Formats: sequence, C-alpha cells, structure tokens
Amino acid sequence: MFLINCPYCGERDQQEFKAGGEAHIERPKQPTELSDDEWAEYLFMRKNIKGVQFERWNHAHGCRKWFNMVRDTSNDEIKAIYKMGEKPPAQ
Amino acid sequence: MTKNLRVKSSEYIDETNRISFKFNGKTYHGFKGDTLASALLANDVHLVGRSFKYHRPRGIMTSGSEEPNAIVQVNPGTNRTEPNVRATEVEIYEGLEASSQNCWPSVEFDIGGINNFLSPFFPAGFYYKTFMWPASFWEKYEFFIRHSAGLGKSPTTTDPDIYDHRNVHCDVLVVGAGISGIMAAKNAAKNNFKTLLVEEKNELGGSTIYENNEFNKIDSKAPSEWLKKEIEELKTIKNLEIKTRTSVAAYHQYNYLLARENLTDHLEAKDKTNKIRQRLLKIRAKKVILATGALERPLIFNNNDRPGIMLSSAIKKYSEFYGVACGSKNVFFTNNDSAYESAISLYNKGINVEAIIDIREQSESKIVKKVKEAGIKIYWSHSIVDTTGYKRLNSISIMKLSNDGTSVTGSKISISCDCLGVAGGWTPAVHLYTQSGSKLKFDEEKKVFLPNQNTSEQISVGSCGGDFKIDEIIKNLNQKLKDTLNINETDLDSIKVEIDQENSKRNIWLLPSDKPIGKTKPFVDYQNDATAKDIKLALREGFRSIEHVKRYTTTGMGTDQGKLGNMHALGIIADTAGVKMGELGTTTFRPPYTPLTFGTIVGRNVGKFFDIFRRTPMNDWHVENKAEFENVGQWKRAWYYPINGETMHQAVQRESKAARESAGILDASTLGKIDIQGSDASEFLNRVYTNAWSKLAIGKCRYGLMLNEDGMVYDDGVTTRLGENHYIMTTTTGGAANVLGKLEDYLQTEWPELDVYLTSVTDHYATASLCGPNSKKILKKIIPDLDLSDENFPHMSFKETKIGNIQCRIMRISFTGEHSYEINVQASYGKDLWEKCIEAGKEFNITPYGTETMHLLRAEKGFIIVGQDTDGTMTPIDLQMDWIVSKKKYDFIGKRSLYRSDTMREDRKQLVGLLTDDPNIVLEEGAQIVSELNQSPVEMLGHVTSSYFSPNLKKSIALAVVRGGKDMMGKKLFVPMENKNINVTVANPVFYDEKNERLNA
Repeated sequence: MFLINCPYCGERDQQEFKAGGEAHIERPKQPTELSDDEWAEYLFMRKNIKGVQFERWNHAHGCRKWFNMVRDTSNDEIKAIYKMGEKPPAQ
Repeated sequence: MTKNLRVKSSEYIDETNRISFKFNGKTYHGFKGDTLASALLANDVHLVGRSFKYHRPRGIMTSGSEEPNAIVQVNPGTNRTEPNVRATEVEIYEGLEASSQNCWPSVEFDIGGINNFLSPFFPAGFYYKTFMWPASFWEKYEFFIRHSAGLGKSPTTTDPDIYDHRNVHCDVLVVGAGISGIMAAKNAAKNNFKTLLVEEKNELGGSTIYENNEFNKIDSKAPSEWLKKEIEELKTIKNLEIKTRTSVAAYHQYNYLLARENLTDHLEAKDKTNKIRQRLLKIRAKKVILATGALERPLIFNNNDRPGIMLSSAIKKYSEFYGVACGSKNVFFTNNDSAYESAISLYNKGINVEAIIDIREQSESKIVKKVKEAGIKIYWSHSIVDTTGYKRLNSISIMKLSNDGTSVTGSKISISCDCLGVAGGWTPAVHLYTQSGSKLKFDEEKKVFLPNQNTSEQISVGSCGGDFKIDEIIKNLNQKLKDTLNINETDLDSIKVEIDQENSKRNIWLLPSDKPIGKTKPFVDYQNDATAKDIKLALREGFRSIEHVKRYTTTGMGTDQGKLGNMHALGIIADTAGVKMGELGTTTFRPPYTPLTFGTIVGRNVGKFFDIFRRTPMNDWHVENKAEFENVGQWKRAWYYPINGETMHQAVQRESKAARESAGILDASTLGKIDIQGSDASEFLNRVYTNAWSKLAIGKCRYGLMLNEDGMVYDDGVTTRLGENHYIMTTTTGGAANVLGKLEDYLQTEWPELDVYLTSVTDHYATASLCGPNSKKILKKIIPDLDLSDENFPHMSFKETKIGNIQCRIMRISFTGEHSYEINVQASYGKDLWEKCIEAGKEFNITPYGTETMHLLRAEKGFIIVGQDTDGTMTPIDLQMDWIVSKKKYDFIGKRSLYRSDTMREDRKQLVGLLTDDPNIVLEEGAQIVSELNQSPVEMLGHVTSSYFSPNLKKSIALAVVRGGKDMMGKKLFVPMENKNINVTVANPVFYDEKNERLNA
C-alpha cells in the first residue's frame, strides 16, 4: 500500500485516495468542432505505460482535493507529486 | 509402552510444569515450553500425518514455520478448531487436543495409502490428463477427488474469539530476533529510533541461543551465553517494543507490513475467554531491517520422506532447546559441516550417533575432527540410495558417489537407524524481501538467491542477507547498520569473534540412486508429493518457465508454500534443462508468509460491523411499524409495511392504491443532497446538466439529467434555486457520493475559474414525501399559515417556512405523478415531522409506503430509475427524453458524445413500455425480448427493466429496452420463458395520467 504525500495534508495511506487515470488530458474547449475521431481520442484513448506515468489522484477520504502524481508503474515508485494546474516536473 | 526420549533438562523447558494433551485421541505428557512437535518426539511419536496425494506416512521434519508434514487439526470438533496448523508452532497447554489430517480412518491405517502403491499412475498432471474427458463427467469425478483429498476441516460453528487490528508506526522495524535482529534492534533503539522488534517464536535468540559449536566464540564466550546477556540488556532499552509470537505475513511496498500477533493460542481454554486471540498489526515503518534468518534445505534422494527423516538443524534444536532426542540410533546425511554440529550435540548428551554420510570428499574443520575423535564413523563421498521403514525409518542403504556426482558405484552398505538428519545447506529466507518488490540475484558460488535491488528503505542482515558465519554476520551487520541508520559507532565495533573457519560444500540437487529415476521416489515438495521425476516429466513435456512447472507439478503450492523444496526444484530444472539457475529466476513469493486465520484478517468487522450501514432519522418509526427493509447503497430503506400478515405483493398493492386515492407518505431522507453556492453556480449547473438553468427563477425547482462525458445517463434529480447564487441539488440515493466526486473533479481540474462551492448535506436533512389527492389538506393542517394555492405554491416550486418553530424547506415536486410535497427539516427533527404528518393524515387514511411502492408508482408514470432502467449504455435519446436535452447550449458534459456515429444509430436499444396480452401476467425483470419464436439462434432485441402489477390500472405494466423500440409502437413481441412464451405489445411508457392532470388535482 502506497504512502502518498498529499500536497494539502501530508503523508497518508493509499486507502484514503482514489486514482483518477492519466493526467494532463485537457477537456477540449470546443467539443462541437471536433471530428468523431478527435473526440474519441480525448474520450477513450489513454496510455498504459510500463514505466514513468503521469496520473491524477484524489484525496477522496481526506481533503477531497485532486492532484497529480508521477509514478513508475513498473515498481510503483512515486517520483513526484504536484498540485493541479502546476507544471509537471521535467523528466 | 512409549519411550521417554527426554535426554537432559533444558532451561527452556519447565519440567516442574507437567502438561497433558491428546493427540489422535491418546493422552501424552509434555512440559511447559514444549511445542506439540517436541512433546510428541519426546514420546517417540514421529508418524503424525499423511501426504496429500499418495497418503504416505509422514513425520515431523522441522522445528519451525517451514514444516511441510506435521500439519494438524487443533481442538477438533470444538468451536475453536483450526486446520492446517504446524505442530512445530503449537505451544502445548493443559487440555490441548490435536489430530492428524488427510487420513481415514486413522493415521496408522489410512485407506488412501493405496494411492502410494498406485503411484506410477499418478504422475504430474494426472488429474488434468485423466479427468478431462468426457467433460460432462467432471462433476462426478470431482465429488470423489474432493472427498479423498483435502487437508483439515474448517470450523462449522461461530468463532468464540475476539480479533483485533492495530496501526503501528515506527522508525525502524526489525523482523526476526536472532542474533542479527537483536543487535540491529538494540543499536537502532539506542540511537533514538523508535523501534519495533517482532519474532514469530515465543523466545528471542533464534538459533544462536542454543549454538553449541565450541569452536565459535564471541568475546571469548560461547555465542549462546553472549547472546543471553544481550537479550537481558535488550529488555531494559527504551524506545524499543518487542513482540514475540508475532509473525510478519506480508511486506508490501512503502514499508507497509502486516503481522499477526498471537496472544492466547498458547493458553488453556479457561484463560482464552474474553481476550483478544490474535491481533493484526498494520505496520508502517520508515526503515525495515529484515533478519529473517535462513531455512535448512533437505537433500533429495530416494524415499527421503519417511517418518524419522528430519532436518539436521531440527534434530539439534530438539536436543539442545527442548532436551529431546529424536531417535536412539541416529545417522546424518550432509553436504556441509552443520550436520557435524548436530552430531556433536547428540554425542555430548550421550545419544547414539551411528554414522555420518557426507557427499563431500572431505572437510578439515575442527568440528569434523571432533566427530572423528568421538569415534563416529564418517562415510565420505557416499550417498543414500534408499531407505526402508513404512511408518518409521529403520534403515538406509548407501553407496559410493561417482566423481561427477551423477551416479553411484560399488557395493551397497545398509545401516540400521531410526532417525536420519539431513543437511543440504541453507536457504536465506528472502520471502518477505521479495514481497516488498525488491529483486534477488543468484549467487553461483553460495548457490542461493540473495537480496540485490532494494525498492524501499530496507536492509537484509544475517543469514537472510547471505552471511552464514558469525564473523561475517557481525562485520556486515555493523556496516549495514551504520549506513542505514546513519550512525558512526555501534555496540558491534568492539566485538571479537573466533570461528571454526573451514566450511566446504558440495551441492548436488538430485542425488543419484542405483535404481533408474522412474523407480525412485525422491520427494521435492513433501506436502504435495511432488517428486524430482515429476519435475523431469514436466520438462520432457515441454514446460520451461518455472512458474508453469510449479503449477503443473504443484511443487511449492502447499500450505508451506515450498519453503523447503523450492530451491531443489529450481536446481533440478536448471540441471535438466542445462541452464543457469540465475537465469531461471524464482517463482513469486506471495503473502502470507505463514497462513493467517480469517478472524485476524477481518478483525472486529464482523456481525453488525461487517459493513457500514446508514439509517434515516425516521428509522425507529419504520421498525416500530414492522417495515421490511431493503439495502440501497449503504442505506437501510423501508421497503414495504406489511399489516395483518400481508405478503409483499399484497402490501405494495394496498400502499399503491392508497397513495393515488387519498394520501401516502415516503421517507425520502436518503436522496443525495448537495448544497451548491457561488457566483458561478448557475453556469456550473448549465455545464453539468443537459438542460438550461440560467433562467430558473429563485424559488423554482427543475428536473435535471446528468450524463457522463460519453453521453450516457449518469444520474438524475431535482435541483431547486434557493437564492441568486444558491442551489440545492438532489441525486439518486445510491449515486450521491459519486455525483459529488464527479462534480468536484470538474470544478477542480477542468473549470478551476468557476466560483462554486459544493457541500454534501445528505445527512443534514430528513425528508418526508407527502403525496396523493389529500396531501394538500394534510399539509394545510400542519402549516395552516402557508398559502398552498396553485398560484402561490405551484408544481415545481419551493417554500422556506416553519412548522411551529422548526425551519423547513418544502418542494412541491412529484415522483409519483400525484400532487405531492417533499418536506425537509433538520435531520434531528425528522421523526417528529414524520409523526406529525401521520397524525395529521389519519383522517385521510394516510398510508406509509416503501421503496417498492415508490418504484411501482413511478413506473405507472414511466419515470426512469437511473441504474434500473439504465445501465451505463443509455443516452437520454435512447430513453426517449429528447425534451430534456438543450439544443441551444454550446456545451455540457456528454453533449458531444450524443453526436457520435454510435450514439446516433437508429437501432440502439430504446426505452419503451410493454403490455402483456394477458393483463394478469407480470413479466420478470431481466427477461429477454425477441420478435421471432422459431429462429435459431434467435436475436435478442432487449430486456425488461421494470415490471409490476398496477393496482390502479388493474393490469401488468413493464418498462423495457428494445433495439429500435422507438419505432415499434403497437408491435407484437415475445418474452420466451422457461415453460411458456409471453406475448407482449410495445406501448407508450407513460401508462397512467398521460396529461399530468393529477399533479394539480
């Protein structure tokens, strides 16, 4: 079970958190102008990397805040945590 | 009748405290401090169980948690019975009963033993190969297989014990209290690290505590003497918590470990009551020091499984620690020096050692010389080729080993013996290490897998880190402690160690016999009866991956998880396939290291604490009035209120009629309620609902449908505008938490610029929903001052008012199609509100109704229930709810998806009404719908989602999703059931009061 350093609350058990999938997929500002393919790309397509992955997490049973995490999926090492809206750290 | 093999008093055995216990119905005696295994051995009982497949007689093999054979049923037939317990771990107490497993009628005479003589017919994969055909016969085979196999029996009555969980946080966790663990814990605690030391046994000190090799010295003392002083000192150190009888079951990432602390298993029954039996420690440690030691390996030779054949180290422990001789004519079989230490231990106590068979050519260590001086015969370069004795070993046959170790030569020598100690070298206990995600590397020289790449802050010290000699252990432990704790000096700096230096080894994974392998039984996994020839067979049949060989042969799949035999399996595979062991890798070690009881896993979450449940403020009233309840999410909701022995159907018919004819009342407190405030609240609702919200006047209510981004209906409910920037949203009962989560997600991540604040207020309000033509009169009685005229308080509007002194919010909204009011008060007044409504409604025969009637009433109106009539594949268009989807709004969640080619298909499943041709037949929810009866295969058009007998329409009604159903109005379809075909007609889903006239009735 991970020990996650919530940027608002500090280190907490993974069971307080909910994973929210890949990070940095912005909802299109003008969905109506997108083709079916472009919309499908936003809606369905997600990476499933073995290695360093950028993810969204939510402190669901804590402060309810969303934040971003950089995690190596091959060994579950959490490499960085940063708030929503902040720039991802350089790899 | 039985021999007493107690040989010498041991300081760990209290001979003044005699304990009687029963094994297989017979009474034996032991002493306080004995394990079941040591006490049985003292009574010369070796035969304790039967093996899994061949039912071969098996004896005690080890002295610890790695025991594969001596697994017993403890306290059989009682509510505290436990199967698959290792006799080597059971501490005896007065009144203990235990019995053998996997044998019938008794361990002495086991009918299944015939399998042993049939064993040529039971090769690896036997069950897979034999019982597959014909497939339809499997059920018959399974009955017999399950009957004759199987380990212990689960208890059938309620567990009387209490179990507990505890969270533990520490700076340093030390696992294992052998010499390394003790010194690590001591130095960590002394340096102000909050330290926890856990040990699976009841005594500290590991194997060093009975170390008897006189050539090993620490600070000029025998290691055992030296360690005893350290242990005394350890108990006085602050910052250090020591937990014995505590076994780490799992080591997860981020140094999260689960350990089982055993508190009462060693106590007499009368001392167990009202105490916590076992406690699961959930440990989060900053640093973990693994000092889990090493397990001695057996040797793999023909018939190496007879009762009386034990690990050499176990014989030493029984002799030194428990003061028990395992046999009166002992022989050792070894590939290294440790068997000589065991031999000397027996010799010093006057126990007869007949011979030592050593596969090496020689060894020059001092302990070997001492054995020679003692006159014990050593057979160098010899191997055991066979053993005899069915229920107890009585002789071995040995032959000279060839130079390359692959065959035996010369003449056979037979040696009579009743106990054989085998010593095949030591395997570091790296199970927990690999569970943590850390990686091993094979050391070709030492022939062991050693810790290599750590993934968390951890070190492996002592023999689990690959150091087997005391001088190496102390030196490497010292350096590792300094590095990991970041300290400059330790207690180990000044320690002087002398050791018996020589230690040569010769490793042969599978020892040859004079017979061809097909005629031998060299067991690798004792519990599952997997032999070396099974492994070779698997390789011949093309299995290559160690994981596949494991599953095919069942090697390492018993309750002992192959703690003894896994290395041999790997070695045999490597030798046979001609690859290096390092390239094969290992099978995965999974938690738990030793089995856990279910009690420990669930802790106190049993009975009414099994799952969280929520009750409304009116709950007591429902209980008093004999409501039946149903679970909706975590809520206990009143389902229906049977009176005078009514069936559910009768109660629901009565409630439904009453609600339409006069007045009904429903506890709607469970609906999700989200308070929405902020200057952008209207804009926010515009984006999350399919319809428009900006123009909703203050004091008005509106129904909204919420989609997922994929266009599918997610939730629905009525939202009321309380003020310019203030709304209250209601959600479905089950969807409340998810809706709040989803809205927060959009607010925080997509639209952080919006000034909106969300608060869950579900629990803050209690809600009574008053409906029916007389609801207005009842409300008038409760709040005489409120103008209830349609002009002042029309349908879909809201009033903030008071009942007496109690503030309340009333929405005139309807889920039944009747004139109705939802009255919300602060939760603590909920029951008062309810009782007031019932009192005021008496003259109108107000009828409380539950969720079932609510479902029926809304189905009459064709109102959907998200999650019942929808399943995550329904768009609002599919539901024929086009009216609620704004064409004008530029965007809302899910809008774009409504224009995808797939969601615009005409032949999607669409919500329709269904009427049965025979109005008395009620369809089954979930029943399939077809248009042709004589087609094969028949195309399924859809299924029934809601179905009731309507007492108000006096006929059966149903909602269904049907492919292309929108254009099928009036079409005849069929619902084929097991015994009949039901004819149905597609209808308008609004069955009742299509013009909504009753809302203002």
